Amino acid sequence: MRKFENAVQQLKYKVIKEVASLAMDGTLEENRELIPGRVNPGTKSTMRCCIHKEHAILEERISLVMGEEQSSSNIIQVIDIACDQCPVNRYSITEGCRGCLAHHCSVACPFGAIYHIDQRAYINPNLCKECGKCKKVCPYNAITEVVRPCIRACGANALSIDEEKKAVIDDDQCVQCGACVYQCPFGAIMDKSYVVDIIDLIQQGKEDPDVRVYAVMAPAISSQFTYAKTGQVVSGIKKLGFHSVVEAALGADMVAVHEAQEFAETIDERKLMTTSCCPAFVSHIQKNYPQLAHHVSDSISPMVAMGRFIKSTDPQAKVVFMGPCTAKKQEAREEDIKDAIDYVMTFQELQAMLDAAEIEIADCEESPLDNASSYGRVFARAGGVTSAIEQVIHEYDIDVELEPIPCDGLAECDKALRILNAGRSPGNFIEGMACVGGCIGGAASLSHGPKDRNVVDQYGALATEQSISESLRIFDLDQIDFERNYNL
Amino acid sequence: MKQICVCIGSSCHVKGSYEVVQKLQDLIEKEKMQDQIEVKTAFCLGECGSGVWIKTDDGPISSVKEETIETFFYEKVLGGGSDEEV
Repeated sequence: MRKFENAVQQLKYKVIKEVASLAMDGTLEENRELIPGRVNPGTKSTMRCCIHKEHAILEERISLVMGEEQSSSNIIQVIDIACDQCPVNRYSITEGCRGCLAHHCSVACPFGAIYHIDQRAYINPNLCKECGKCKKVCPYNAITEVVRPCIRACGANALSIDEEKKAVIDDDQCVQCGACVYQCPFGAIMDKSYVVDIIDLIQQGKEDPDVRVYAVMAPAISSQFTYAKTGQVVSGIKKLGFHSVVEAALGADMVAVHEAQEFAETIDERKLMTTSCCPAFVSHIQKNYPQLAHHVSDSISPMVAMGRFIKSTDPQAKVVFMGPCTAKKQEAREEDIKDAIDYVMTFQELQAMLDAAEIEIADCEESPLDNASSYGRVFARAGGVTSAIEQVIHEYDIDVELEPIPCDGLAECDKALRILNAGRSPGNFIEGMACVGGCIGGAASLSHGPKDRNVVDQYGALATEQSISESLRIFDLDQIDFERNYNL
Repeated sequence: MKQICVCIGSSCHVKGSYEVVQKLQDLIEKEKMQDQIEVKTAFCLGECGSGVWIKTDDGPISSVKEETIETFFYEKVLGGGSDEEV
């Protein structure tokens, strides 16, 4: 049976499951007020000051899971009343202070922020500039450093604290990577969900054979359902009512070919190109380094490629992308590519939906999920895009020199962009992955384990098609528009 | 224009649907019928297992294999016979 990484993940799961369950019964509107009591039964509080606050927070979570309109259009939302107003002073002096005579702390402080009463040290927060020198010199390790987890998680500098010490997201800088969603220990930041729309769509499909709902599955799936095989998850998704489950990795094969050709054609002029498959990375450049935007590849992402490809084979298709990513929810509604994907859902939401429908995937038979090459599949982990592009250059005999700069996580991406901005990049191709480890480390992953990378590689090796050109050998790709139009 | 639709969903793919598509394309080229018959692909024709599933225009779906596609092409697609299983 499913194990949760932590209580926050489990709590969100319970809410999504209850919402999904009522939506499947068609009684969500009239019964939504029952959900807090189902998630958190009884009269005693287990997490917050009282049961009433817990239920009030649950109401907010339900609203987000139902995809209701919020105060801003951002996919990522702070639940104000769930934010615990963590301490904002970075350094504080603890009981460990012995009141020594040397006072290394105040000697080391360049800002005169440390004072002493009865030999004991105190920090004046108005003068402290958070340099950390006092912490380094204290012989008793009596000075602690606390950074709010949301602020530490945010690589886009989009999080700040208001007068009431509540977290606030600057939508103009937020790249929807979801790192704060994953890192907040109080679960006070959540991604909006489309599960209710998706359940409605599946319901339509059950009643009308002309409504066919396709699931495009991100290759990160391989490391997700640790208690069942990927083939069993595929069967479970079909039991939910999806017409077909298709690998996003086939789109990755297509995009790799397009992106390698784009690289060869434009690198002389651009000098450096970045990948474009990670929407949070692309958004980070557009929002926070707009002067570098011309370096971003104009290729669509594998998700969009697959959505467009499915719709080229079946113009009536509805396409739902399933992945570990919160930023894909934003990408799918970007103006120039919104034709491709109807809805995005996360692995966490998939788990909750399967359980709401009482589908026990561990008991399902295995269905194959096999179109892409191993190179398309390893897009799911850091370094995968680069190896696919290298493979295309080799297979299609493209005459160009690729000098990759792999960036694992938004902090590394940011560093590479600063170096690019200064004109000192050590290569000509930046692979940008906003999540550490790549997609498998995504904010809405079910599992963030250290073995995930190996699992993806093993899954890659199981692909029937051994090379990218073999995986694409029957497709006429001229009918697909692979170009982004970021300015639309 | 006649359309032959071949399922390339995972289940049919692992049973050789890419080979079926390629053979069909070769046959159409050999018969110089490119402007009369078009090979299309679909992710799932609704009948998983025991494929490769294939459909001509709006006809019923049939199960073929790489080894049987040539017969299917001449007898059912060109011969105009009923689309029963080959």
